[in-house]
Amino acid sequence: MMGHVPSTGESAAAKVSDINSARPAGRRLWTNRLASAAMVGAVLLAVIPVGLILYYITVKGMAAMSWEFLSEPTPFSFRRAEGGFLNGLIGTGIMVGLATLVSVPLGILAAIYLQEFGRGLLANLIRFFSDVMTGVPSVFVGLFVYTAFVLPFGFGAVMGAAALAIIMLPIVVRTTEEMLKLVPLELQHGSFALGASKFQTIIRVVLPSALPGITTGVLLAVARAAGETAPLILTALGSLKVTTTLVGEPISALPLLIFDGARNPFAAGQERAWAGALELLALVLIFTLLARIVASRSKISS
Amino acid sequence: MQSEAKTLGDVAAGVAPAAIENRTGIGRRADSLFGLLTLVSGSLVLIVLGFMVVSTTNTALPIFSSEGLSFVTSSNWNPAAGNYGILAFIYGTLVTSIIALVIAIPVSLGIALYVVEAAPRWVRGPITYAVDLLAAVPSVVYGLWGVFVLLPLFLQPAVALLSEYLGFLPIFAGPASGLSYFGAGVVLAIMVIPIISSLSREVIRTVPDADRYAAYALGATRWEMIRGAVIPRSRAGIVGAVMLGLGRALGETIAVALLVGSATRIDPSVVRPGYSMAAVIANQFQEASGDHIRALVGVGVVLFAITILVNVAARLMVWRMVER
Repeated sequence: MMGHVPSTGESAAAKVSDINSARPAGRRLWTNRLASAAMVGAVLLAVIPVGLILYYITVKGMAAMSWEFLSEPTPFSFRRAEGGFLNGLIGTGIMVGLATLVSVPLGILAAIYLQEFGRGLLANLIRFFSDVMTGVPSVFVGLFVYTAFVLPFGFGAVMGAAALAIIMLPIVVRTTEEMLKLVPLELQHGSFALGASKFQTIIRVVLPSALPGITTGVLLAVARAAGETAPLILTALGSLKVTTTLVGEPISALPLLIFDGARNPFAAGQERAWAGALELLALVLIFTLLARIVASRSKISS
Repeated sequence: MQSEAKTLGDVAAGVAPAAIENRTGIGRRADSLFGLLTLVSGSLVLIVLGFMVVSTTNTALPIFSSEGLSFVTSSNWNPAAGNYGILAFIYGTLVTSIIALVIAIPVSLGIALYVVEAAPRWVRGPITYAVDLLAAVPSVVYGLWGVFVLLPLFLQPAVALLSEYLGFLPIFAGPASGLSYFGAGVVLAIMVIPIISSLSREVIRTVPDADRYAAYALGATRWEMIRGAVIPRSRAGIVGAVMLGLGRALGETIAVALLVGSATRIDPSVVRPGYSMAAVIANQFQEASGDHIRALVGVGVVLFAITILVNVAARLMVWRMVER
């Protein structure tokens, strides 16, 4: 290779235009400028909504945020100004927690199968359909849990958690598998050379070294599940009470309460929805941020 | 690796005797047991997916058989009278998704090309971060923001302008409403931009630098280099990224439910209210019972079938791209 390779097109273009006869002229030059302007325009078009969303959620959310909002359940009327989303916060906590407890071990085991044991048609099918499953509409997952579990057992936290777990499972499987792929084979060979069995190698060598990456995937899956609304309408249904009952009693969640607030015409209900959106967005962004921190840590250590 | 500093000898002393001892017995059994456990967990993905299809189709079956083909070819949806034709919802899902793609494709590609090909190094990180932030925002937050901020600030003026100046075209005919196919499509576009742009970015990065230098060496401008060298090499992957964005747009529920206007009809004008498959499920489920619920489940089955087709096609395209 050449000694100095320019990393962006910029310097190469500059060199070309140094040669007078080769300088792009007239229409070609203007097309190029127009294209560059269009690219910058596209970026602005995407950045404007980011700014507007963060601005309005923060301003309108903070205006309605209070200790009462965080510590009181929702009142029975959208007209009433008091109360908050405690019922939703607890419901979201319970359902996302249960979903994580189920989907993370299963997802990690499935990823170990794909990476360490599985080969041939079955492994490829599982890999392919995990990818496809991440694209299944979440409302359909809700319909499935409704037909399979809510019809016989009623609405409840476990049903909502089941829907969230199904949404999280393929995310955990695919991100964990990607992380397991990155574990150097030499580590495994070293372990085998010491006489360790495959089980011992996976548990003591492979998983610990892939742990930061797996944690990142899990945190992103949790963030995704915490924001899901549609499947919970069909499985948790929603409730104005603070409840910790797991089966047989409808339960609320932050997204459900925000959805209700957005659909009603009364100012008090809408203000609570803004505060709820701030609370939910803060939760989701904390998990996303944690995921990034863990991911960047793992890069440093490896 | 783990923080406890073990020397190789420690590890050997710990693992080796146990392994030797187990070579014929428990160790091997543990291996195969563990293998079996992982196999079961892996197969769970397929089992759940299969179970999802069977359970929902089974619930919707009475409606499918009583309505027959008119379930998807009729737009007469009247639960009180027992009429379940979902064509208006299918139409709305497709129209809102197409509007979303028309807006999102150029914007996403612009972002991806800018970040990879044109941006100064110091702005790449912040742009990527801001766009990824869009992906983390829950759809109900988009819905709330869409209804109370975007609707008065942008959507209503936009549809008013469209119907005033382009109203002679049937697709922009008034009376215009911000709560419309167009309104839902705009919010959907904001939601799929991070998906399409981040995947396109990855694909565009895989284009070898040698191709770029070759184009520059022939005297190409940056845009000519992009058109001649970058786009042809990454076209298949970009199409895959767009299809994944389409899959997301088709299935998006809450934001559309809040912005599409909830009118059960097929309207050629995109600035008038309509409905979508996912939105009708979310909006009507809580008040539904009996056959109405079965019909909503049927809507879900059709939606699932459409998104699966789109997703399988997209994944096959991306996979073929990666294999090459």
